[in-house]
Order: sequence, then structure tokens, then C-alpha cells
Amino acid sequence: MTPSPGRPTEAMPQFEMHATGVEGATEGTERMEVSMGPHHPSTHGVFRMDVELEGETITKLKPVFGYLHRNHEKIAESTSYLGSMPYTDRLDYFNSMTNNWAYALSVEKLAGIEVPERAEYIRVITAELTRLQNHVSLIGFLVQDMGALGTPLMYAFRERERILDLFESLSGARMMCNYMRFGGCRCDVSADWIKQAQSVVEAFPQFLDEFEALISENEVLMARSQHVGILKPELAIDAGVAGPVLRATGVNYDLRKVDGYGIYDRFQFRVPLGDHGDVYDRYMIRVLEMRESVKILQQALAEIPNGDYVNPKAKLRGFRPPPGEAYGRIEAPKGELGFYLISDGSPKPYRYRVRPPSLINLTILEDMCLGQTIADAVIILGSIDIVLGEVDR
Amino acid sequence: MIGKGILKGMVETARNLTGSFHDPDRLTTVEYPEQKIPAKENARNFPFLIYDGDDWETGLRCVSCQICEKECPPQCIYIEKDKEKKPDFLGKMQMQPKIFDIDVSVCMGCQICVEVCPFESIRMDNDFEYAGSDRFKSLLLTKDQLAKSNKYYHSIHPTEAQETDEIRVQKREDHLAKEKAKAEKLAKAKKEAASKAALSKAETAKEE
Repeated sequence: MTPSPGRPTEAMPQFEMHATGVEGATEGTERMEVSMGPHHPSTHGVFRMDVELEGETITKLKPVFGYLHRNHEKIAESTSYLGSMPYTDRLDYFNSMTNNWAYALSVEKLAGIEVPERAEYIRVITAELTRLQNHVSLIGFLVQDMGALGTPLMYAFRERERILDLFESLSGARMMCNYMRFGGCRCDVSADWIKQAQSVVEAFPQFLDEFEALISENEVLMARSQHVGILKPELAIDAGVAGPVLRATGVNYDLRKVDGYGIYDRFQFRVPLGDHGDVYDRYMIRVLEMRESVKILQQALAEIPNGDYVNPKAKLRGFRPPPGEAYGRIEAPKGELGFYLISDGSPKPYRYRVRPPSLINLTILEDMCLGQTIADAVIILGSIDIVLGEVDR
Repeated sequence: MIGKGILKGMVETARNLTGSFHDPDRLTTVEYPEQKIPAKENARNFPFLIYDGDDWETGLRCVSCQICEKECPPQCIYIEKDKEKKPDFLGKMQMQPKIFDIDVSVCMGCQICVEVCPFESIRMDNDFEYAGSDRFKSLLLTKDQLAKSNKYYHSIHPTEAQETDEIRVQKREDHLAKEKAKAEKLAKAKKEAASKAALSKAETAKEE
């Protein structure tokens, strides 16, 4: 039976209260169970870690989540296919565009809807912009966990705001975009918008240089993050980890290259890989990925063709896909985001399942934290990049 | 040398600090209640109902078809049909809503009601200052609070409003053409019937 949090287990020595205090203090370390969270600023939401400590060293860690459970999958099974599109925004609320895309992709697979070329380009552009703003704010939060309070995060947010402005002028909302539709997108991008996006993208590498000058060579960051939270590639593959966390261990696995979904095979870009699989590598991978995203964006914005932004045959109301099942997956900023759908021919999905990258990347948290100090656990959690909206659903 | 990276970072922060004095682009925040950043043209928040003309009750475009009520993912719309009908912009008699409520404490601003509405009657507002002191009443918007003029729609989303107006002009033209074709067909049928009757009359007269 698991002990209730905060209480010493039977195996643990029971503490005795000594009136003298000083005499009772033992040499060396004592075992202690700490419940971090759920309302702790370093846990990136309502997330709790039950940590067993030997002094400051972690001997056991149990992630506890579910505080933000909203019954997303079951609600989707009682709503029409279109009706759960706005709910997908709220999974990983940093990246609503990629969530929309992953869901639209699986429904398109299920119903066999083709997507016009222009819509594919719009999707790539919005997804890569999403990746930029996710990574930039993640790095801001990560260095904030290490003690750089405010400054890098505010620089990151300043840049993120420009991208969110683009999303707002395109879809109407900064974060809850609800922009993709089955067979395309909800509305067309204007030539003006493309120009604005181009100027944001052109200015981005300069910001990245600035940001790297700010922290990449910072000795404190290096001392805190190098050789901390090392993840072995074998374990990462076994645990099904995906995204930047996996690539930081040196495994070359990017769905944009492997699956080639959408039109990613048309663009020239490289997949950055890490060497050590530590927190610093995970930080660096994201910086490098942003640079590659900028390359994709430049190509996509220059090449975007004219045409339909949505398949004219795709129906908005009364959508009934044929019976069958489909799994659509994309390389979301946090990893492989997949939607598994089973249709029985009715307007509602028979089964709707999300493969959330945050949750699956979180399963190896204990393996990375064992033997590290409790202060390191905070930045290891930060480097995984979780959003509790997606972990708990 | 240890400390070089930190120094480099400090130079960057100093550059950002002084930069905001020279470059207005680097000053990204405004003091909100006094200063406001103008809303983006597409910005959306909560839905409202459009009416044509000056009187919201007679000009309301909604015909209470209840499609938005059915499609709304969080089910925040409640409609009850009125027994009395009123003419719409084409002159046809249409239903009208007796009750049209939107609970904006439930609404998530997803715009699906706007997309499915076949009568261009529900559109998104960009007003976001909805704070109220009453927990339920102030957030349950009724028909009279939701009704806003087409002029207001033009002032918040000019491009979209223009497109909507064009759709309605097209609809009116189509309707008029249809009416005309119908009337012509009717007239033609009448004429044919008349000539046939005349012919048969003539024939009967001949036979006689």
C-alpha cells in the first residue's frame, strides 16, 4: 500500500522529537518525503511530485497528475467531429495550431478528405510559427526555473507576442485559435498577413542571436544544466519518448522527416541532434530547432501558391465519416501528438483517443531525476516541456 | 575565463534597457485602462445578433432555426421560437426567436455558431470587458443585449461585414430572379392556358 504523502513509510526511520534538538540531530543525512506541488511555481501548472530524499539527493520520485482532468476524450465522443475542434485548442494551450492540425489530419485520414495545396502551406506556416513561440517561451520558463527571474522570460514573451499577434489577426484569437478545418483552414490568409509574417520571421534570427548571447554561454546555466538529468537513448526509445527530448539524446527521429506528413518533404531543413541527453542539450536542441523552423518558414512564405484554402467538397455540418479507424500524428513542438479515432458512421466518434507528448515524455521523469538533487528535479521537469492541459486532458 | 558568458549576457540586458529609450519597437507594453492597443480586425470574443435598420426587434435577422444551438460545442445557446412570424429582408414570412440567450460564462468563443449560421445573423464581437458584479445575471446575455446593429458590425469587422453584405445582396438578387422566373412561368402558363382555351373554344365553335 502506498503511504499517504508527507507521512514517513514503515521502512523509514521514525523521527523522534528531542527536547534538546541539537543533540538529536544525526550526522550525515536523513531520509525525508517531500510533496512538491500541486501549487508550486516550478511545476508548470497543477502537478505534484512525491519525492523521497536522502539529504538533498532524490532516491524516489513519483509524478502525480490529474488535477486538471477535464474528461476531454469522453466529451469528444459525445460531440460532433467539428465540435471537438475547439476543445483540442485547450489540450496544449500553447500550441493550438498544431493540436488543430493533428486532429484535422486524423479526421481527414478517416474520411479520405484531400487538402488543397494552399491550405497545406498555411498549415506548415502556422505550425512552424507555433513551434517558434512554444520553444521560445519554454526556454524562458526553463531559465526562470534556474533562477534567471524574469529577464530572459520577458524577452522571450516579447517575441512570442509578435507571433500571437499574427495568430490573432489570422484566426481571431491569440491562443485558442480554432483555425483548422477538415480539408483545409477556416479562412484565407491575406497577402498583407504574409508580409507581416515575413517581417516577423526575418527579425527572428536576430532575436535568437541576442537570446543566445544572453544565456547560452552563461556559466551559471552551464553549471546548472550540463550533466544533469541525463537520459540514455535506449531508455528514451523504450519509453516511447518523442520530440526534442528524444532528439537531445541523439536519436534521429523527427516525424516531419519520417512521416513526411503534409508537405514537409518539399522543404530544406535539418534535424538537430544532441549528444549527451542532458538538460543543456535539451535547451540547445530547441534553439537549433527554432533556427531550422525559420528556414522552413522562409521557404513556405516565399512559395505559397494561390488556390483554395479549404476543400470545397468538405462539409461543415452533417459530417459523417464512413465506419473505420484512423491515427493521425504530427511533430508537435513537444513531441509526437496523435489522435486515434474510430468511426461507426454516426456524426460522433465512437472512440477518440489523444496521444499526448507531454504525458509520455513525463513517464521518464523519475529515471532522469534519481541521484540528482531536488533543485535539479525542478529544471529536469522544466526541460521536458510539459503542459498540464495536455497531460491531464 | 569564467564570467565571460555572464558579462556577455549583461551587455545584452544593458542594450535592451537602453534600446527601449531609442526604439519605440522595443517598448512593448501600454498602461492598459488609460491606453489601449486597438483590436485586430479579426479579433473575436463572444457572439452577438445582427439587426438591419433602426429597430432591433423588427430588423433582427435571426429566424430561430436553432442550428447554432445544436452545433454549439459547450451548449451555451438557448432559443425558444415565437409563435408570431415576421417578414425577413426578402419579404418572406419567417420565424423569430422569443427567447435567445447566450451564457457567456460558458461560451468559449470558438466561432462555430457563426460558421454554421445560414442567415448571416450571428457574428463575433470583439468587446472583452465583460466584468460584472452579478454572478449569473450579468453573464447571461438576453436577446435585447445581444442585438447589435449592422452599422456596429461594420465598425468592428469592416472586411467581413462587407463580405456578409455582398452575400445578402446576392441572396436578394437570386430571390428576385427566382420570383421573376416564377412569375414569368406563371404568366406563360396562364397565357398558354388562355390560348388553349381559346383554341378549344374556336374548335368547338367550328364543329358546331
